[in-house]
Amino acid sequence: MSLRNWVLALSAASMLAMPAIDAAQAEDSIFVPLFTYRTGPFAGSGTPIANGMHDYLTMLNERDGGIGGVKLVVEECETGYDTKKGLECYESVKPKKPVLVNPWSTGITLPLIPKAAVDKIPVLSMAYGLSASAKGDVFPWVFNPPATYWDGFTQILKYIAEQEGGGIEKLQGKKIGYIYLDASFGREPLPLIESLSKELGFEAKLYPVAAADMQNQSSQWLSVRRDRPDYMILYGWGALNSTAVKEAVKTNFPMDKFISIWWPSEDDAKGGGDGAKGFKTLNWHAVGADFPLLADIQKYVVDTGKSQVADKSKVGQVLYNRGVYNSMLIAEAIRTAQKVTGNKVVTGEDVRRGLESLNIDEARLKEMGLEGFTGPVKLSCADHNGHFSTFVQSWNGTAYEKVSDYITPMSDKVGPLLDADAKAYAEKNAPWPTRSEACDAS
Amino acid sequence: MLYNIFIDPFMQMVQMPDLLVQTLWEGLVSGVLYALIALGFVLIFKASGVFNFAQGIMVVFSALTLVGSYEKFAALGFSGPVAAFVALILAAAVMFVFAVLVERVVLRPLVNQPDIILFMATFGITYLLIGFGEMVFGGDPKQMIANELFLPSGSIDVEMLGGRVSFQKLDIAAAVIASVMIAGLAVFFQKTRIGRALRAVADSHKAALSVGISLNQIWVIVWFAAGLVALVTGIMWGARSDVSFALEVVALKALPVLVLGGFTSVPGAIVGGLIIGVGEKLGEFYWGPLLGGGIESWLAYVIALVFLLYRPQGLFGDKIIERI
Repeated sequence: MSLRNWVLALSAASMLAMPAIDAAQAEDSIFVPLFTYRTGPFAGSGTPIANGMHDYLTMLNERDGGIGGVKLVVEECETGYDTKKGLECYESVKPKKPVLVNPWSTGITLPLIPKAAVDKIPVLSMAYGLSASAKGDVFPWVFNPPATYWDGFTQILKYIAEQEGGGIEKLQGKKIGYIYLDASFGREPLPLIESLSKELGFEAKLYPVAAADMQNQSSQWLSVRRDRPDYMILYGWGALNSTAVKEAVKTNFPMDKFISIWWPSEDDAKGGGDGAKGFKTLNWHAVGADFPLLADIQKYVVDTGKSQVADKSKVGQVLYNRGVYNSMLIAEAIRTAQKVTGNKVVTGEDVRRGLESLNIDEARLKEMGLEGFTGPVKLSCADHNGHFSTFVQSWNGTAYEKVSDYITPMSDKVGPLLDADAKAYAEKNAPWPTRSEACDAS
Repeated sequence: MLYNIFIDPFMQMVQMPDLLVQTLWEGLVSGVLYALIALGFVLIFKASGVFNFAQGIMVVFSALTLVGSYEKFAALGFSGPVAAFVALILAAAVMFVFAVLVERVVLRPLVNQPDIILFMATFGITYLLIGFGEMVFGGDPKQMIANELFLPSGSIDVEMLGGRVSFQKLDIAAAVIASVMIAGLAVFFQKTRIGRALRAVADSHKAALSVGISLNQIWVIVWFAAGLVALVTGIMWGARSDVSFALEVVALKALPVLVLGGFTSVPGAIVGGLIIGVGEKLGEFYWGPLLGGGIESWLAYVIALVFLLYRPQGLFGDKIIERI
């Protein structure tokens, strides 16, 4: 046999052996795909989150040998924040039996919602995606803790009312501008805004920004100058955030009245220079790396060169810690699934049960090395979100600092709207399956 | 409804003339910057008949090279304006090497191939630069070194027409630099020997070859010029926002400009840029709220299409007459 034929034969043999290796891997490991975007227009937001997610799970493998003695197989799939590519990623990971998927895009999450129950793969859309998917009775396979976009909007409204010196009645007669990415994510709160503006008596001014114009917002901010809103609320992503901060500074909009949902990073605010001081965002976890768990990530992953973090000072920044938080939820869901089912190598169905039984209390946070990092998380079969409190953090020129107490969402207003929206979703997508999954959680 | 479309916007213009002036200024600045991006496309299209899909990523790559090099210098304790200008020269040098590589590796082997093949090759260049750029510089957004390059900051506020018009110094600088660059390139290609050679190549590759013009040399020069245009574009847009892969999307704004101005005309790129820039800002500001806002991304194409109805070859494009 010639050398060429030997090479061909060996290549063919190795290709045939691949599925066997995959199968062997699947038997003694847990497959966790991470949909990430380290390239493209949204890489500025996607990269730190991808690093945080990846580093936490890698740390568990390095420090503990996985979860419950079972190694995690972590695989990234680049979506570029593009729905089509995200769906390709989903189809490519599906045969490997993932225990859950993290779409990291509302646009990718929406088409995965109907697939989740069919493929038995839970969708974890952490604080993004369809707000109504918090209703576990209608969406047993979708989870979006710790707060929905609708919760976040009402938390910002409550903060504004507080700044005006009282309760939500203070919103009466106010003009509130909403600048947002004109995509599934930014459009998500629009029904809530329409409803609440009528109920609470404030005037909402909408400023959509197309993805192609993220870095070209002068028209929107000219409109802001004309309309003179009392407050501006931002739902942006990627370069939209940094440009919005710069434009707000340029327009002389008072930064203490410019409040964002939880996505802007330090880099987004830094670009605005001194003028950006006072810019505010919501958050539900600490910034900084002064926690035992983050020290372990530093020790086992970053210092050993297993992280893709180019600059070590990025560890502990807002979006890196957001990625860590996301992976903490993944890991705790797997751990809970192992406990609930008694299986070590869990499946998607097991992890769905684990997510519904998730109960991360203060003691568990301390045990993980995250004491003071964030609040407890407890989900249930009916509530896949928790609707937890967030706080406001303000940019001081070099870092974000917490400037408010924890703010609860307006559950009395959001709850009925979520119920109605979940019902409408099921009707629109009829025949939507009635929940048949048993409930483990008490 | 008719009132809102045909009367109210003009009433607003009269009642708030300061905002009209501000809108026109913002449109003018955007227009000049669009023209700059379009110029990069036009240069390459004129010389090689290729629509360079990679122009957008060239903007990102050149700006990342500039900022990334500066960061490396700063890490070595060498920062400030001198380091910034060394990084600028380095970025220009990288764009020259890039032009040489494109000519050697892509254009030369594909000479005489159909235009669509060359067009597809620029797709390949795009994805190569995305991957290479991400590998070298990472996906994190970077701040443009505007101060180090002596780009001004702050604004000049002028009280006029019963209100205030704010002129950002950076925008003024962007308009001036872009105008000087466009004028410089126009003079270079009109008045110099290389410029005449370029125009000869644009007219006919075969005729140019027959009189001893080196196609390869012209292609390198043109791709390098487009690289420099991309670098300046990256600096200006990067200073207005940040330097990230999102800048690639900005290059799409050049498409309606090219449709309007023609793919082969430098004046077309300039006039087209200004019409699109001012048109989309006026449209978004005065008529956008009627349609829920966010109309400027498609309004630019509507403006271009309206012009095309009357001049299919674009405002300044060459009219193609084919004899049968």
